[in-house]
Amino acid sequence: MNNLFKHILQFIGLSLLQIVVLNHINLFGYINPMVYIAWVFLFPFKKNKFSLLISSFLLGLTIDFFSDSGGINAAATLFIAYFRIPILKIICQKSDIDSPFFKLNNIATYKIFLLIFSLTMVHHFIVFSLEYFKLSDLDSIIYNTFITGIFSIFLSILGIILFTSKNK
Amino acid sequence: MQQIIYFIKKFKYFLLFVFLEFIAFVFTFQHHSYHKSKFVNSANFITGGIYNELNSITEYLNLKSENKLLIEENTHLKNLLEQRNSVAPITINTVIDTVKYFQKYEYTVAKIINNNYTKRNNILTLNKGTNQGVTQDLGVINGKGVIGVIKNVSSNYATVISILNSYSKINVRLKNNTHYGTLVWDGNDYNTVQITDMPRQAKIKLGDTVITGGKSTIFPEGIPIGVIKNFEFKSQQYKKIDVALFNDMSAISNVQIVKNLQREEQKSLEQKTENE
Repeated sequence: MNNLFKHILQFIGLSLLQIVVLNHINLFGYINPMVYIAWVFLFPFKKNKFSLLISSFLLGLTIDFFSDSGGINAAATLFIAYFRIPILKIICQKSDIDSPFFKLNNIATYKIFLLIFSLTMVHHFIVFSLEYFKLSDLDSIIYNTFITGIFSIFLSILGIILFTSKNK
Repeated sequence: MQQIIYFIKKFKYFLLFVFLEFIAFVFTFQHHSYHKSKFVNSANFITGGIYNELNSITEYLNLKSENKLLIEENTHLKNLLEQRNSVAPITINTVIDTVKYFQKYEYTVAKIINNNYTKRNNILTLNKGTNQGVTQDLGVINGKGVIGVIKNVSSNYATVISILNSYSKINVRLKNNTHYGTLVWDGNDYNTVQITDMPRQAKIKLGDTVITGGKSTIFPEGIPIGVIKNFEFKSQQYKKIDVALFNDMSAISNVQIVKNLQREEQKSLEQKTENE
């Protein structure tokens, strides 16, 4: 019960942070980092995977409602929620994940970074592809993915370090 | 039958993923086709309400630039009034008391409660809706120029397709000749928009003023947009015409909604002629 409350608070907190602050940063004129996907990184691995899919979809849709972007964020967030475990399996050995004591804190820092990096880049690439919706704009899509991705990764790692350190 | 149930049970996680992804893509495709995004938009009760609250906090920050804009517009209107006074004695004054009969455009004041200018397809939210007489396809302007066209309306809010949007196409012409083209945006710089379909016989110079063309039923003719920044003339055709906007699209707040009172009449006549 306590855990559920914590998750709901996290959901609302992340969406408000994205809508109220991060969508209006406009760093260098056009960079708006998307940190709400930290939800997918922070969601416990041993929890029901169905609830991760549904909650990620709803979180993406919430962001879409506020930024008038159709279903772009919902599609991208759902995609990385589904491919979180497969990508982790590529990064770590398979036996690690299958053990019942598996926790993100136990694996090496660079592997966590690799996980966050790949998921963020995939997410941003889907978001910008669906937003531009034109193959001829591929250079702008890749450019935006990388520039925005770097800031999103930086902010999410900073946030994760700040807010999860006391749990260790 | 048992096979199907077994199949669904075995792949239910994947099927849920495909189902939700399908919904998200339906919303996305609806969003990309004009007039169809009925469900996901920021002109509803909750999103509009939150943006309204936020705006009441942030609007104090740009009061200074708003005041400047108002003074500029006032000066412009006073100049027009003076011109009118000097012409008046020549024409015969006949006062016809027909409210809204000869009036073609009606203006409503509104405020932008959510501004976007960094994305490829920018959409703004206004604090006026059907309760205040706002409907789809009305023009949105301010003292310095064109802002966009209204897309969706709820009872108290409306969303606007900004001119900084790949689906925005506005009829424009040059101030000093009557050749017209279409205003589009290539998505790079929010202070610069582009003109396409400009005929080759049009003579363009750097610094020429661009205004709305009045060939659509949305905007009145002569609303300022910007000045020609640079252009390419290759093989007897205009390749690219850049226009520097008068408006700073990152700092707009108070706007006017333009309603063409004779739009229905014009549309139905055009429709009738086309069908014949």
